[in-house]
Amino acid sequence: MSLSDDLYRETILDHYHNPRNHGAIEHPTAQVEGVNPLCGDELTLYLSVKDGKIEDVKLTAKGCSINTASGSMMSELLLGKSVDEANEIVDLFKRMMLDKTEEVELPEDLEDLEALRGVKKYPVRIKCALLPWNTMLEGLGNALKSPAP
Amino acid sequence: MSKLNVEKIRKDFPILSRKIDGKQLVYLDNAATSQKPKVVIDALTEYYQGYNANIHRGIHTLAEEATDAYESVRETVRAFIDAGHTHEIIFTSGTTEAINLVAHSWGNANILPGDEIVLTAMEHHSNLIPWQRLAAERSAKLVFIPITEDGQLDMAEAKKLISDKTKIVAVTQMSNVFGTITPIKELADLAHARGAVILVDGAQGVPHVKTSVRELDIDFLAFSMHKMLGPTGVGILYGKTDLLNAMPPFQSGGHMITTVTRDKATWAELPWKFEAGTRNIADVIASGKAIEYLSALGMDNVREHEIEITKYALDKLSELGDITIFGPKDATLRGGVIAFNVDAIHAHDIGQICADAAIAVRAGHHCCQPLMRDLNVMGTARASFYIYNTREEVDLLFEALKEADKVLGHVAVR
Repeated sequence: MSLSDDLYRETILDHYHNPRNHGAIEHPTAQVEGVNPLCGDELTLYLSVKDGKIEDVKLTAKGCSINTASGSMMSELLLGKSVDEANEIVDLFKRMMLDKTEEVELPEDLEDLEALRGVKKYPVRIKCALLPWNTMLEGLGNALKSPAP
Repeated sequence: MSKLNVEKIRKDFPILSRKIDGKQLVYLDNAATSQKPKVVIDALTEYYQGYNANIHRGIHTLAEEATDAYESVRETVRAFIDAGHTHEIIFTSGTTEAINLVAHSWGNANILPGDEIVLTAMEHHSNLIPWQRLAAERSAKLVFIPITEDGQLDMAEAKKLISDKTKIVAVTQMSNVFGTITPIKELADLAHARGAVILVDGAQGVPHVKTSVRELDIDFLAFSMHKMLGPTGVGILYGKTDLLNAMPPFQSGGHMITTVTRDKATWAELPWKFEAGTRNIADVIASGKAIEYLSALGMDNVREHEIEITKYALDKLSELGDITIFGPKDATLRGGVIAFNVDAIHAHDIGQICADAAIAVRAGHHCCQPLMRDLNVMGTARASFYIYNTREEVDLLFEALKEADKVLGHVAVR
C-alpha cells in the first residue's frame, strides 16, 4: 500500500467527492471564516444554535482534500449535538491529531474520524485537517455569545 | 541536443543518488533552491578544516588565506555578471537582504512624497514588501506593470506607467511562477529616459540566463547563490559605483568603518561600507566554486538545455487533458519554471501525490499572493528544472499527475 493509498483512504475520498452539509445558512446564529494562510485553505462555517443545540451546520470550503473531508465529517458528526457535546468531540479530535505521546481512542460513534488519523504521519497537513475544527470552536463560542432572537 | 552532458553532471551531485522509500529522488524544485555539487560541499569542509579565520586585519596565515579566498570570489562574481569593478559586488545574506538594502539605503535618500515606484504584477514578495514599506514611510506610490494573458509584461502599459514621477523600476528578471523572462534592457532604457534607476531581481534569472549588467545597463542587480548550486546564506548585490558611493550604509558596526571616535565614524570604501559585521565567509568561498562550475558548463549551454527540457515538459504535460499551465507557451520566452494545476485539485494534494512518488515539486502561492489572486487560484503546483534534470524525470512527473487526476480529479466545482 503506498502512502497515497493510506492518506487518501476511501472514507476521505468519499467525503472529498461528496462533502456533507455543503452550502450556507441564510440566518445563522454564528458565521466564522477559517483561513490557513500558508496553504490558502479557506472555509466559511455557518451555525444555527438553538437552546444550546446545533440545529443546523453548513460549510463552504475552498481547500485540499484533507480539509474538505475533515470539515464534511465534522459537520455530519456535530449536527444535532448540544454545544457541550460538540465541544467535547472537537477537543477529543484535536487531541487525537496533536497528541504525540499517546494514541487517543475514539468511541464507536466517532469511528469515521479514524480515517483522518493517517494524516498524523504528514505533519504539514495536520493543520489542513484541523482548520474546520478550530473554526467550529470559534463558531460555538460566538453562537453562545449571541443567542438567536 | 544541448551540449550539456547531463549524465556526467548528475554524478557531481551526491544528493541525486538519494532514494525515498526505495524510489529514486526526482528533484524538480529548483526554483526554490538548487542542489549542490560535491566541489561546493567540499569547499565548506576545506575552509573549516584548513583555514577557518575571520577575514581582514588578521596578521596571521589563516586570516590571510581566508581573506584571499573570500575576496577572490568578488572577482569571480564580477566576471560572471560582467560588472565593471569588483567594488560593485556586495555580499549579502540573499536576494531579500540585497533588495532591502537598496529599498532602505537608496530609497530613504532618494524617494520623496508623491514619487512613484514601478513594479510588475508578478513580483515575488521579496521584491514587493520592501517597496510597500518604503512607499508607506515616504508617502510614495506603487505602480504595477500589468501582465498579458500568457504571463508576459504588457510593455505598451509599461511605456505609459514609467513616467517623470518614476524614481525606480524594480522588476523580476524571470518570474518564479510563469517562468517569463522580462525585457530588462528595454525596461532599463525606459527608466533611464525618465531619470529613474532600475533594480533587477535576478533570483530566478541569473542562475539560468547569461546576464551582463553592462550590456543590460542594470543599476542594481540582486540574486541568491543557493538557487545556482551555491550554499544558502549568500546573496549578491551589484550596484553601479556612483549609486553605491552616494548611498549611506545599511547596517553598521564592525568592518564597515575607517575611523571611529566615541561620537562618530567615517565609512569604509566600497564594497566594505555595505558589509558590516563578520560576513558569511565559508559560504561565500563555496559560492565561488558554484560559479566556477556553472561557468565551466557555459551559461549558453545551460540555457539551451533548459529550453529543451522546458519545451519537452510543456508538450508532455499538455497531453494531460485536465491541466492548466500558466505562463508563456513558447519555451524560448521562459525559463524552466512551470506552474500548473490539474483539474480542480488543490496544489497540496498534487504535491503530496508527487511526494509519494519521490518527486519534489512545490505547491502553494510561491510567495506571490497578489498574482495568485489575479489568476483566481488558491495556489498552483510548480515544477522547475536545472542542469541535471532529464526527460525521463518529466515522464515520471507526468505519470504522478495522471495518478492524481485519477484519484482526486473530476470533482464538481463547488
